Formats: sequence, C-alpha cells, structure tokens
Amino acid sequence: MSIRTASSGEQTAPRSPQQAVGARRRRVDWPAWRAFILLTAPIVAGLVIFKYVAMGWGLLLSFSEARGTISLGNWVGVDNYRQLFNDPRFQDALTMIVLFTLVIVPITFGISLGLAVLVNRLRRGRAFFRTTFFIPAAVSYVVASLVWKMSLFSGVPASAANSLAGLFGQEPTAWIATVDPPLYWIVIITVRLWLQVGLYMILFLAAIQNIPAELYEAARVDGARSEWKLFRHITFPLLRNTSVAVTMLLIIAAFQAFDEFYNLLSTGLAGAPGPDGRPPLVYLYDVAMGQQDYGLGSAGAFVVTLLIVAFTLAQSRLTGFGKED
Amino acid sequence: MKNARVGTYVAGIVFAIPFLFPFYLLLRNSLMTQQELGGLDWVWWPNTISLQGFKDAFANTSVPLGRALLNSTIVAVVSAPVSTLLAAMAGYALARIKVAAAKPVFALIIITMMVPGAATFVPTFVVVGSMGGVNTLWGLIVPGLFNAFAVLLFRGFYLRFPAEMEDAGRVDGLGHLGVFTRLALPNSAGLLAALGVLSFIEHWNSFLWPLVIGQDPAYWTVQVAMSTNLTSQSINLPALFASAVISVIPLALVFLLAQRYIVRGVMMTGIKG
Repeated sequence: MSIRTASSGEQTAPRSPQQAVGARRRRVDWPAWRAFILLTAPIVAGLVIFKYVAMGWGLLLSFSEARGTISLGNWVGVDNYRQLFNDPRFQDALTMIVLFTLVIVPITFGISLGLAVLVNRLRRGRAFFRTTFFIPAAVSYVVASLVWKMSLFSGVPASAANSLAGLFGQEPTAWIATVDPPLYWIVIITVRLWLQVGLYMILFLAAIQNIPAELYEAARVDGARSEWKLFRHITFPLLRNTSVAVTMLLIIAAFQAFDEFYNLLSTGLAGAPGPDGRPPLVYLYDVAMGQQDYGLGSAGAFVVTLLIVAFTLAQSRLTGFGKED
Repeated sequence: MKNARVGTYVAGIVFAIPFLFPFYLLLRNSLMTQQELGGLDWVWWPNTISLQGFKDAFANTSVPLGRALLNSTIVAVVSAPVSTLLAAMAGYALARIKVAAAKPVFALIIITMMVPGAATFVPTFVVVGSMGGVNTLWGLIVPGLFNAFAVLLFRGFYLRFPAEMEDAGRVDGLGHLGVFTRLALPNSAGLLAALGVLSFIEHWNSFLWPLVIGQDPAYWTVQVAMSTNLTSQSINLPALFASAVISVIPLALVFLLAQRYIVRGVMMTGIKG
C-alpha cells in the first residue's frame, strides 16, 4: 500500500501557509512511521512486558512482604535484603559462586584457547577435531549431568572414574555424595568444561585465522623461532578483543550457574552436599518456588544482577576494554 | 618439523578422547539391562544389546516422555523462527527506516541486554504468572521470544545492506515493508539460518524456565522430564539413558548438518560488547 516513496513529500511545493510551516518542521513521513511501528512493535512490546515491567514489579516486590502472593502493598523496606544477607545459606551461596567463577573462568579460557591453537595447527582432519570438541555444545546440562552423576562419577565401583582409579589400587570414591573431601568440585567443573569449551574454542579459532600470516613471517625473520614465542608475541596479543569478550561471557554464564548444580547435587533426601554446593540461583529457586517467597526471591535476583554487573565492569577495567580501537 | 606435526596429532587424539567418551557412555548405558548397568564391574559393551530401556522410557506414566518430547518440539520449532524473525524485523526498521523514534527505540531494546536472563527468573515468573502463564504452552514459549542481541546483529547486517537494492525496490513500487519482505529478508538467509539454528538448540536444551513455569507434568519439556527422573529416589537407569539418547539425537543431527551455520552464528553472537 505504501507506494509513495519516502522523499516524494519534500519535492512538492507548499500550497498553503499551514503546510509551509509543516514542511519547514520536517514533514512527517507516515508510511515510514507505519512500517517502523509494525516492524518494531512486537519486540518492543515483548521486552517492555517481560523485561521492563518484570524488573519494575520485581524491584517493588523486593521491598514488600510477598509470601504466597505476587501482589504489592505490604511494604517492609529493606527487610528482604537484610534477611537475605543474614541468611548463612545465601552467604554460602555467594562465596560458592565467586569461588566457582574464579575457578571455571580461567580454566575454560585456557583450554578453549589451547584447543583453538591445536586445531589451527592441524591441517588434515581439522574438521573432525573441531567437530569433536564442539559437538558437546549440542547437549543439554541435564543430559550431561545424567552422564556425570550416574555413569562417569557415580559412587559405585563400576563407574568410569572409580574403575579408572581402581586400576591404580584406589578404593571407590563417592564423588558427589560427600563434601569432605570436596571432590564434587571436580564433577561440577568438568561437566561445564565439557559443555562450553567448544563454543569458546570456535571464537578463538575464528580470531586466530584472522591473523595475517605475514606477521608470523616477519617475526620469524626477526628471530622469533619457537612456537611459544610466536604465540606470546603475536597470537595472544592480537586475540585481545576476543579474549576480553570471552572472559566477559564466561563470567556472566558462571554467575548464573543453575542446571548442573540442580541436577547433580540437589538430591533432596539423599542428603548430598546441601548448602555447600548451592549457588545463588538454586537458593533463589528454593526460596521462590519452594517457599513461594517472591519478595525475597526478587531481592535475590537484584543482588545477583548487581554482582554480575560489578564483576563484568571490574573485568573490563582490569583489561582496559574499550581503550583500544 | 615432522615430529612436531606428529606430536600435534597425538595431542589432538589425547584431548579428543575425553570429549567423545561421554557420548559412548550415553549410548552404552541406554543399551544395557538394569541388572547389567547396576553391576559391580566395568563393562565396555553390553553382552546382549537390550532395547528394554527405550521401551521403559515411554512406559513410565508418571513421567510422560512422549508428551515431553512433543512439548519440547513445539517450543523449539515455534521459538527458533519466531524469535529470529522478530529480531530481523526490528533490526531492519532500526537500520533502514529513518524516523525520529529510531534512536530511543534502539536504546530501549539494547538496554535490556544488561538484564541477565536466568538471574531474573523470579521477576519474570511473577509477570508471566500474573498473566495466567503457569502451566501453559504460551507461558513456556513467549517470554523467550525477544532477543535484544539478535536485534543488534540484524541491525548491523542491514546497515551494510546495499542501498542500490533498496532503491531498485522503490522504483518497482515497493514500500518499506515490501523492501523488507521481498528483498532484505531473502537476502539475509545466511544470518537467519545461523541465528535460527542457535536459537533452536538453546530452546531445546533450556531448563530453568521450563522447570519454573511448567509445573504440571503435561507441560514438562524433555529436559524437565529427564531431570525429574534423575532427581527422584528410584531410577530406571537404562530408561533414563535411553530418553537422553532420544533427546540428543535430533540435536546432534542438526548440529552435524548445520555446523557451518552454527559456527557462523557463534562467531557473530559470541563477540559482543
């Protein structure tokens, strides 16, 4: 229907004083507006409802007592936040997630970068190796947790880990059913590694392949012989933007860890690690879905959001993100 | 030099084993009997291949696997194209239609990228719950359809879209919507495919939101169904591994067939900021 072109209005001469004023103020291009609104309205409406209204409502709820109800009105000030920070289980959850982030981020970073360098050096069979390292990204955390909990690291002698340890004369270990020693860390770290390393390897691989080969030639002429030197002085510095982006993505993902903790560790009655292995999102799930305390749950959502923002900002300060380019 | 090459391949194989091993366990366990899988000794492969696990997986009435697979299929098949198309529409409008609202609308969309999705599941649940979305298909699907980052990618893509093509469309009498549907959309098939496939995988594997919103077994997705079995007290392990195999196969196929697009999508969506 909108056959008129956007600029046709500007060429027609004004015929009356009112129109002249309108033209000077820039004529409203109704077909353009109509198309713009039609194309953007669905996503704007969705984001307004499910992000803006949700966050606004959640913020108000976090200052309300809202147990078993989502209606506002019972204002309690900062009581929910006070209760949250006084709850040792939430303190444990925060300690846990900070530790988890500090462990998982550098390990994932190192292995994905290492695999990218490795795959890049393979000429034949590169596609095979790339697919092998990448395909776990198609698996869900639930399925991976199943394999890790019931087959790879189960406590029975026939599990893969215990069979392997048995070859060296070790007794079977209850990997995730004990906090002392905290071997469950091996389980939760390796499951996330398996699932996400390939994704970041792809990012690094793409960045490595963008580095011009002449740079390596020049460095060799300048006497950089070893592969390590080439990596240190050429590859790694040129991957800076990718490195910063990967670190940021890893931090955001780590702070929101839920799936593997829920599926590996929360066995309820079986009394697996309990508070030890309970990150903030699992705590919030218990508070909001178990106790139906939506005020406390909303307060927790904002605390975790602020933590994520703080960590990513600190990270970008440390790495000087945005200074270059 | 030759030794270094061999060393690289040896390293590749050494690393490849732990990446492939869990797939082998998944398959092996799904083909064993409960008795064999519960045994004390490690076995490399079942003595006789048993399909009992696959039968049991569908026979469990308290965890309806067939229904869960159907729900997951609906969620992923609807969410992937719709969320990608919505982002393409907004991205095109923001890039090519010059109206005064473009800047504020762009800001409104982009700001939501700062809100971490999973961490704010409680506020989202409150809103969706108030609209009657608990235990409904729309409650499962709709909140996941709005991807601000995809809008950013499409906007970037359409900013580079050749102006000549748009002019040609105008000469042929097309308006903004016509240029978008007839010219821009067909010429962004690669980006649509890349983001669509990634979105499909993400929605099929998503766990926290379906767990929160689909509380009735009739609205469980396959991930929630498997998790329910995994965290229950008595587990039929071969059946659980069989359902895991069934849930992984379609995605593994998508992954192998569309890897080109997935890699491209990851390269675009991974580097943000």
